Amino acid sequence: MEKILVGLKRVVDYNVRVRVNSDGSGVETAGVKMSINPFDEIALEEALRIKERGDAKEVIVISIGSSDCQQQLRTGLAMGADRAILVATDDATDSLTRARALLEIVNRESPELVILGKQAIDDDNNQTGQMLAALWDRPQATSASTIELSGNTARVIREVDVGLETIEVDLPAVLTVDLRLNEPRYVKLPDIMKAKKKPLDEVALGDLGLTAAPAITEVLFEPPAEREKGVMVDDVPGLVAALNEKGLL
Amino acid sequence: MSKILIIADHDGVALNGAIAKAVACAASIDGAQIEIAVFAESTAAIAAEAAALDSVTRVIAIENIANKHLIAAVVAPQVVAISDGYSHIFGLSSSFGKDLMPRVAALLGVNQISDIMTVESPHVFKRPIYAGNAVLTVEAPTDQVVIATVRTASYRAAGANNSAPIEVVDIAADLPSHTRFVELQAGSSDRPDLQSASSVVSGGRALASTENFDLIYALADKLGAAVGATRAAVDAGYIANEFQIGQTGKIIAPDLYIAIGISGAIQHLTGIKDAGTIVAINKDAEAPIFEVADIGLVGDLFSIVPELTDALA
Repeated sequence: MEKILVGLKRVVDYNVRVRVNSDGSGVETAGVKMSINPFDEIALEEALRIKERGDAKEVIVISIGSSDCQQQLRTGLAMGADRAILVATDDATDSLTRARALLEIVNRESPELVILGKQAIDDDNNQTGQMLAALWDRPQATSASTIELSGNTARVIREVDVGLETIEVDLPAVLTVDLRLNEPRYVKLPDIMKAKKKPLDEVALGDLGLTAAPAITEVLFEPPAEREKGVMVDDVPGLVAALNEKGLL
Repeated sequence: MSKILIIADHDGVALNGAIAKAVACAASIDGAQIEIAVFAESTAAIAAEAAALDSVTRVIAIENIANKHLIAAVVAPQVVAISDGYSHIFGLSSSFGKDLMPRVAALLGVNQISDIMTVESPHVFKRPIYAGNAVLTVEAPTDQVVIATVRTASYRAAGANNSAPIEVVDIAADLPSHTRFVELQAGSSDRPDLQSASSVVSGGRALASTENFDLIYALADKLGAAVGATRAAVDAGYIANEFQIGQTGKIIAPDLYIAIGISGAIQHLTGIKDAGTIVAINKDAEAPIFEVADIGLVGDLFSIVPELTDALA
């Protein structure tokens, strides 16, 4: 195939303990480490492996957001993507807007595969891939743990509630990836230097001519309810007694 | 008035029990009229189970050979075809619901609310974000249909003492053939289902091998409990993916959760925060699991777990 498009979302790093800010308008992001959404990193790794075994010619990474997203796109280029597209906006975007923006880029680039993370670890929505597939009127294979390409189809094993489901989709298609698909490579210093010379195009979200999506308003961010501090027991008889006391045995 | 359609989740034979929890969520919207749509090859048995759920006023049965295996791209246009007149359309936060509902939302040109944990009003909901590190209140536009998935761990199942009418409906939607079911590898187990079990015994990386998970199974069987695991244990290959609990696995709310050799990463804790009682057994007294545990025991799981299993009648 000619092209694979991979979405990279800039999110608060996996290891950061996220806290709600004092006025409940969001979470603390000042001085917080930002990274590529881990699922998107797996998506990119898969695209690169497809290219490296000769099944694709070009891997394009795309991000939607402020100019800060260039950092994540540069990391994607350093991992091995050929070029990057930033759909620039300083406004927060919802899933449908992101899907509509991705569709515009898909229509311009005509990739045979779009690979995204199954969810972003900030909003935990798990929506954008399915929405893009719907708008594009193409198949979706979500939560992929194995992807096999043959000719014009992809056979995908999906992680589902009861086990593993295998489906076959015609290309072009949207795939969203789960944790166990692969282990993303580490970026090496020379690759970071090389990535600086790779093309990173920018297009303003406002120039894509999208219809505004009916927004869901974020009213209030709150910390979760805390569980009350429990008791420590010394041994198994103590544990059994404590469970009996709660009527759990 | 709210008129709510719930999309049934099923395995072709029986209704997913969690649908009763989605009904409970819908019923928490004042004056809601609740209907359930069953898409299947053969709907009779599944629709009958749906019709028995309290508060349900009608079940719509859509029989089609194309609905033999629930494929999001095939079901979504059928949902859109019957969507007229509903103020809300709900699915479960299950594999199928998560696959289907955003596709429906996009076809209807609206955004989706994922993982409703509380209904504040017909258009205001609470949902967890950042692996449960924050709870976000969201408000959906009132002039459009609300598409949402329900975090079923937040709800108690509706009763089943009803007999709502079942209507078989034919849909003339153009269904795609670009997505084809091949096979399902489902683990077979005599143990209770992880998502609906009242007790769960769960193991982490510290179990250190597939064989050592036998300790977990033995304790679970003694308690009549389901078995669960952390992402680390699944990644290490000790146990299959369908047992994973947490941000990207299953979200559960058993009465009793016993965490064995689990350190308590935030991504795991978000999957168990609605458990009634959390028991933690871990050799590291500083492990974060003890911050959320109701009962904690510090020590070597390899001696504690067999002793506990033996101690139970």
